Amino acid sequence: MKPARFWGVGKVGQEDLNVRNGASFGSERVPVLEEDAFRRRVLEECSKGARLVNLFGCAQDGGNTRIFAMLGMDQEGEIAVFSMTVPGGKASFGSLTPELAQAHMFEREIAEQFGVTPLGHPWLKPVRCHPAGGYPFYRVEGEEAHEVAVGPVHAGIIEPGHFRFQCHGEEILNLEIQLGYQHRGIEKMMEDVPAQRAVLLAESIAGDTVIGHGIAYCNIIESLSDTEAPPRAEAIRAIALELERLSNHVGDLGSLSADIGFLPAAAYFGRLRGEFLNLLMDLSGNRYGRSLCRPGGVLFDLDREMAEDFRGRLSVARKDLKEISGLFFGRASVLARLEGTGAVSARAAKELGLVGPTARACGHSLDVRTDYASGMFRFQHIPISTALSGDVYARALVRWLESQRSIEFLLETLDQMPQGDIYAQPAALKAGHMALAMVEGWRGETLHVATTDSNSRIARYKVKDPSFNNWMALTMAVRGAQVSDFPLCNKSFNLSYAGHDL
Amino acid sequence: MWGVLVNRFKQGFRTLSYPKEIPAFPQRFRGRPVVTGPAVDMGKCLFNADAEVTYSRDHRMAVSRQEDLVLKDHEVKLAAALNDKARRIFGRSLKLREVCAGSCGGCDAEIQAMGNVVFDLSRFGIQFVASPRHADGLMITGPVTKNMELALKKTYEAMPHPKIVIAVGACALRGGPFEGGREVHNGVDGLIPVDLYIPGCPPHPLTILDGLLRLLDKMEKGV
Repeated sequence: MKPARFWGVGKVGQEDLNVRNGASFGSERVPVLEEDAFRRRVLEECSKGARLVNLFGCAQDGGNTRIFAMLGMDQEGEIAVFSMTVPGGKASFGSLTPELAQAHMFEREIAEQFGVTPLGHPWLKPVRCHPAGGYPFYRVEGEEAHEVAVGPVHAGIIEPGHFRFQCHGEEILNLEIQLGYQHRGIEKMMEDVPAQRAVLLAESIAGDTVIGHGIAYCNIIESLSDTEAPPRAEAIRAIALELERLSNHVGDLGSLSADIGFLPAAAYFGRLRGEFLNLLMDLSGNRYGRSLCRPGGVLFDLDREMAEDFRGRLSVARKDLKEISGLFFGRASVLARLEGTGAVSARAAKELGLVGPTARACGHSLDVRTDYASGMFRFQHIPISTALSGDVYARALVRWLESQRSIEFLLETLDQMPQGDIYAQPAALKAGHMALAMVEGWRGETLHVATTDSNSRIARYKVKDPSFNNWMALTMAVRGAQVSDFPLCNKSFNLSYAGHDL
Repeated sequence: MWGVLVNRFKQGFRTLSYPKEIPAFPQRFRGRPVVTGPAVDMGKCLFNADAEVTYSRDHRMAVSRQEDLVLKDHEVKLAAALNDKARRIFGRSLKLREVCAGSCGGCDAEIQAMGNVVFDLSRFGIQFVASPRHADGLMITGPVTKNMELALKKTYEAMPHPKIVIAVGACALRGGPFEGGREVHNGVDGLIPVDLYIPGCPPHPLTILDGLLRLLDKMEKGV
């Protein structure tokens, strides 16, 4: 334990709480700071390189709201947890956003969920609720300015969301994205439903990140019950997580090919995506890996025979990926379309707190698998893949690089599977505890936090899908671009509406 | 140019010969539930391995009426073909508009996958279109969130008559894992009349394709 620092007046002697990924701790150990001290600490740590991993509210007795901050110190692999209380009578606090843009969405979410106003927030609009009077869109006025409204129902087979462009001719001056159409109330339901159904809800946060959210949920329950999943189960989870990454990354490369009209690669990538989904189906009985991860381990084993079969099929897939990617990335006309399109600067990525392949494409080497390694990734490492240009090309390249590395990881892991059980019955949840779990899903940092009450029931369940951080990146990418570049830019992020809307 | 041709040659022909031949599903695949005791409601089934349900490897599950979703014995009343008049209109060309109304994105991913070279939906004359004005049918996923209810109804109303509605996936059938939630409806029923129910979480692309082909009476006899 680090020596205590004195952040809050009147809180002398309270120790800092720095935890690791997957930790659980007594809720009373989370420091409660005065508002000023809370604010100072967030700003100070972030100026020294920490990242706002989570900022969320929790309803307390007496109408108070407690706000928890989780700051990720990527170099140390630790997360600092502290909090402040907003009294029910006051129902407001000074917004951090003017000085710390990363806090922008988090504070809007707190305002919407708990009716607490972040005073001075420059963009305090709904996140998921649809106000009766309509959403207050930002507007550019002028004789030559015009507006383009798209959605919620889109032209393709995709999820709903509304995009409002302010344009001057073909040039996009501003894009504002209104989401919430997919809001199913998952966080609240997680507090009410029995555990058997909660895991199904977790698997349905985002249908393309079943394994990512599934592992995060399992880690939370395991941590809150002091249960350790057997090493073999951890290995199978990691295999499934990388298969999920491969299927999505390869599928995205296919969608990018289709969007630029390069149909051979679109067809081949699309077929190759299915090969990875079929591996998941062989393993779990479902193409997206549903029912594989359960608190305590996994429900399906991967025996030697299956491992051999998988290795054979992955070797073929590796060869296919090489050839198809060579076809795609080797074409001047493809590169000409991708390079320089939809660029997000490294500075914007840092200020907005972007995560996952989007951040890595801007040169930031953030990766939960390395920075906050848990499970199998503690023993077997996947090198971080980055690119520098922050454009559509960089995001495509990062996906290709990561796909290659995932296949290597799979081939290696399948060759040396730990022996033993695949499941350990979880014990009862500890009362009055908080747990946090981070997983590098294919879109990036997937974070779950849960607290239990004095009766060991889940009192608050907080989910943060990487899309919550990254939707802002899309608005930055198209600023100044042409309207016709929007579909390509959108595909290059491929963010989840359901994951954002919860 | 040569690279494209060489790749094309190496990739070969990948489209399934479905429905002539039905590919083998893996051992662990969870298809249509097997009734061993009390009746099983396929609409409520989430196809999770830890449910007290026994699954077969049969991917065929689409039915025409909500009551047919409830399996009482090993008999299943799979979807019936449209009437002659409707088949004359839609049989050779069925244009669908997809609306995701609160799904996790899983069903939508499988619907999209039907368009890839393996399943190649368009060889059956079925295509997805961008506008409801161009559509003969509406394919809906998700439990229908309160926030999507209006957009869904408007899309349905924007479609010309005659039109068909297809509910895909556990959420669209009975709300799925979100059943009873405050922010959602319990599926499409009661909001819009449904002509085809496709169970699954998410349904395999061949389960959806099977339903569509039955509707258009394009299934091989005896399958």
